[in-house]
Amino acid sequence: MKLKTLLTSVALAAGLATGAAADGHEKTKVGFVYVGPIGDGGWTYEHHQGLLAVEEEFGDQVETVYVESVPEGADAERVMTQMALEGADLIFTTSFGYMDPTINVAAKFPDVKFEHATGFKRADNVSTYSARFYEGRAVQGHIAGRMTESNIIGYIASFPIPEVVRGINSAYIHASRVNPDVEFKIIWVYTWFDPAKEAEAANVLIEQGADIVLQHTDSTAPQAAAQAAGGVYTFGQASDMAEFGPEPRISSIIDNWAPYYIERTQAVIDGTWVSEDTFDGIDTGMVEIGEISDVVPADVKAEALALIESMRTGEYHPFTGPLNKQDGSAWLAEGEVIGVGDLLGMNFYVEGVSGEIPQ
Amino acid sequence: MLRLEKRPQPSRAWTFATPLLAVALTMVFGGILFAALGKNPIGVIRTIFLDPLFSEFSWFYRPQLLIKGAPLVLIAIGLSFGFRAGIWNIGAEGQYIVGAICGAAAGLALYPAETRLIFPLMVLAGALGGWAWAMIPGVLRVKFGTNEILVSLMLVYVAEQLLASMALGLLRNPDGLGFPGSRNLAQWSSSANNELIAGSGMHWGVVAAFIAVIFAYVALSRHIFGFQVKLSGQSPRAATFAGINPGRLILICMGLSGALAGLAGLFEVTGPSGQISIDFNVGYGFTAIIVAFLGRLHPIGILLAGGLMALTYIGGEIAQSNLGLPAAAIQMLQGMLLFFLLAVDVLTNYRIRIGQGAAA
Repeated sequence: MKLKTLLTSVALAAGLATGAAADGHEKTKVGFVYVGPIGDGGWTYEHHQGLLAVEEEFGDQVETVYVESVPEGADAERVMTQMALEGADLIFTTSFGYMDPTINVAAKFPDVKFEHATGFKRADNVSTYSARFYEGRAVQGHIAGRMTESNIIGYIASFPIPEVVRGINSAYIHASRVNPDVEFKIIWVYTWFDPAKEAEAANVLIEQGADIVLQHTDSTAPQAAAQAAGGVYTFGQASDMAEFGPEPRISSIIDNWAPYYIERTQAVIDGTWVSEDTFDGIDTGMVEIGEISDVVPADVKAEALALIESMRTGEYHPFTGPLNKQDGSAWLAEGEVIGVGDLLGMNFYVEGVSGEIPQ
Repeated sequence: MLRLEKRPQPSRAWTFATPLLAVALTMVFGGILFAALGKNPIGVIRTIFLDPLFSEFSWFYRPQLLIKGAPLVLIAIGLSFGFRAGIWNIGAEGQYIVGAICGAAAGLALYPAETRLIFPLMVLAGALGGWAWAMIPGVLRVKFGTNEILVSLMLVYVAEQLLASMALGLLRNPDGLGFPGSRNLAQWSSSANNELIAGSGMHWGVVAAFIAVIFAYVALSRHIFGFQVKLSGQSPRAATFAGINPGRLILICMGLSGALAGLAGLFEVTGPSGQISIDFNVGYGFTAIIVAFLGRLHPIGILLAGGLMALTYIGGEIAQSNLGLPAAAIQMLQGMLLFFLLAVDVLTNYRIRIGQGAAA
């Protein structure tokens, strides 16, 4: 039965691992599975920057491999298996939808270490890591709330999963705090990367009066759409997208995976790797705020920098009460900080956001 | 001077030779592309076309070829009947999705009952779902003369929205912490479409694909239905005189391709994919169109073409991972294959004459 395959792969993986250990000069092989193309200018681009940083850091000590645009599902499982078979020691699977495939493949290769981005399932050889993007969203929301003239902020949302909902809530909380009249218009596009769909969503939002467009998708298409429309501001997503500055792109959230990838690769080389859950933010530099361009007035910029600093030192958490849920029910009391459960599984809007999360 | 001269009838030799020529040309021009990318062209071609079959890890890749090829073959067989008769169902992707949704829904309605009777029920529901989705463009064409190409294609996008809605709503796993996606059907013994022999890649979908190939072969060469299909494609007027009801033929061809696409979706969702998720479909329905033509709409040809496409997918991934080739280069290679196939197809119907020749 299946046992035979399993045993073969286990034996193989074990053989490869001991081979690497016995011969100290054997290269450590690090694999990356990407959901988009490395030229997306956003999410996958930044993960690939992490791969390049690992190569830079370790030189001949490591060998890196990657496969891009891998669909989430059966294909992802095959790509991961193939990497593990070909001798990868550490595999980063960089999209939420790779969660079950990662767990399945990891079970067959107990000696290969896996790192799954933004998921919640772990195993002895599967770590999870994610960034507190909502800290960056707080800064975006603040700047957006101060900059908007139409008081309509457009939001291109990808999938209704907690990570995206957190971003919407965080941006809304901080926008409405400085501008109580602000209204969010949200479009769900059900994709991480589809320039055509993203551009279409941006145009619809702009037509509906949005003069700021936030995006939780990976391409630069919304930036280009805003540029073409004129008078609309945007923020770089996942990557700086500096080529669209100083406007429409007035700042950005940058995912800086490089230090984490270097640290984890080092741990595999040293044999000190253990399964853990990492959730870092502005404090460790995993989330960076790209330069705030000169289009933003000096006082707004100063406020934003102060907000960043307060999150960096840990003195402020973006989800601090008083906050109510969308239906008006009490959620966090004055001064109360969000609990881990609500943070990780967030599936509701805060008071003031209109519309429903697709169910 | 080169001149094309129409053959009195399509050349039999070229009918078989053109796919091989197209593959050869793809290898040559693909090799040039890879060389331009700074890779060793022979090495890349070998990695893509041979490594999945003969490398150190071929014990893993060979079964994967079956898993990747089966839905392509199953869908392409269904499409080939319509294509032969001049009925263009371009929306197999949508029928594949709806088949998977209906099959999964039928099973999940009975969750967590433990009986193997559930699986056949799901198979039936999957085929019905795909059939029903294909009947929409079919009936519209017969009743109102709408264009089945456009309607079936547009219904793909409707099916994708339906899929997203199902993954987020009705079929969402109640134990999934609010994340989209259904329960894992491959992990529920009543619905699991596991390998029949471990490590072989043979799941029910692969079996169904082989059965479909055999039935299609018999139907086309031995059955009146195959004759009607062929006649309608070659000469619609003659077909009408022969007493073939064009409306009925359209409905049968659309229904058949829809049902087979639905089956492919069902076998995929219960096996390799495991769950209804927002991006469950990965383009099998569209790739199957290439497979159908690459296989010359002939059952055996489709079987071989499905294997070849699966090979470029799996070999392409190996080339990406081991040789650092970009994904776009692999997609270009697959595009070239269809392009050359259509281009050299001209040789089947025309012959090339060099020189002035007699006036036609």
